[in-house]
Amino acid sequence: MNARRKKRLALATALIGGVAAIASLLLYALNSNLNLFYTPTEIVHGKKDTGVKPEIGQRIRVGGMVTVGSLVRDPDSLHVEFAVHDAAGGEVMVTYDDLLPDLFREGQGIVAQGVLIEGGKLEATEVLAKHDENYMPPEVAEAMGQTHEKLDYNSTQKSGY
Amino acid sequence: MWKWLHSYADPQKAYNLSGRLLPWFATLAIGFIGVGSIWGLLFAPVDYQQGDSYRIIFIHVPAASMSMSAYMAMATSAFIGLVWQIKSADWAAAAIAPIGAVVTFIALITGAAWGKPMWGTWWVWDARLTSELVLLFLYLGVISLYASFEDKVLAARAAGILAIVGVINIPIIKYSVEWWNSLHQPATIKITEKSSMAPEMLYPLLINIFGFGLMIGAITLIRFRAEILARNGMRPWVRELAQAEGVK
Repeated sequence: MNARRKKRLALATALIGGVAAIASLLLYALNSNLNLFYTPTEIVHGKKDTGVKPEIGQRIRVGGMVTVGSLVRDPDSLHVEFAVHDAAGGEVMVTYDDLLPDLFREGQGIVAQGVLIEGGKLEATEVLAKHDENYMPPEVAEAMGQTHEKLDYNSTQKSGY
Repeated sequence: MWKWLHSYADPQKAYNLSGRLLPWFATLAIGFIGVGSIWGLLFAPVDYQQGDSYRIIFIHVPAASMSMSAYMAMATSAFIGLVWQIKSADWAAAAIAPIGAVVTFIALITGAAWGKPMWGTWWVWDARLTSELVLLFLYLGVISLYASFEDKVLAARAAGILAIVGVINIPIIKYSVEWWNSLHQPATIKITEKSSMAPEMLYPLLINIFGFGLMIGAITLIRFRAEILARNGMRPWVRELAQAEGVK
């Protein structure tokens, strides 16, 4: 390799290295701000690295699993109330007044956006279902005991929409 | 050690070699995508949670993973072009860019169409989706930089530097779902451990991913050949070729 090529190689490598260093510092500094949502534990105890807790009245997103057995639905309207928990043991109540996505089930991962109100409750304006990375045919899922009941809406609830 | 490779930097040789490779890439791409798509869309079993809606995975995942592979190929060509000043490598990078942009666009559109029924939203500004959108803008930046200079040596240098700098986005896309919490689920296909997908769904998906790679290769070869001719219009061998084809 001649001297000019060596110089260009060094320059190009330095460019990549420099950009990589800048990007990793930037991402490290922004780290927790790049998260899409708070976990229930972070709402109860504050973020792990900074200890920042969302305040009452703040618009936030909460992500976690819908606690099995916690879903309470008003039979005449779309109003639902359920608890969202995470693996670290935090739990937050969420209320919602609209149609839930198809994938919403107890035990399913969800992301709810809304306003934090008194008592650590989230008044959600949007509930999104998260799906996991597992794909399998229904027979396999059944054999593994992983089937979930889908939600049904009755005619009164649909007319209230 | 690499001396034999240098002869292919010659435009005429590169043109002829890519002409010989093209039918192989094109035939194999049609075969793989045909088999993968028909198997995946018609014969693979339904998913236990998403039913038939998950079948868009057979387009979405190949497009998304190949959008990153195409970027790496483009950046590697740009790097070779920049350091060794091999013009053929610059032209290859310029040939890949629009294809990568289209594939990235397909990944974003199919992702949005999948997100609406499953997540409940077309778009959310989470790390995976945002970084993939940045990838589209990087492609568009490389394309427009290359197009905006009359002097194509200068154009290739400017576009090449952007392409190389943009490589930093690739690991960010790849690991965004692990580093931060996001709405997008983590990777299904894992290299080191068992993939979390039933084999009868996984095989058509892998076939389609490979097929998309071949398709990008084939279209790149077509564009690469056109780029070589456009940049060497004054060379005798191109003129002979044109005369042989009956072009005045």
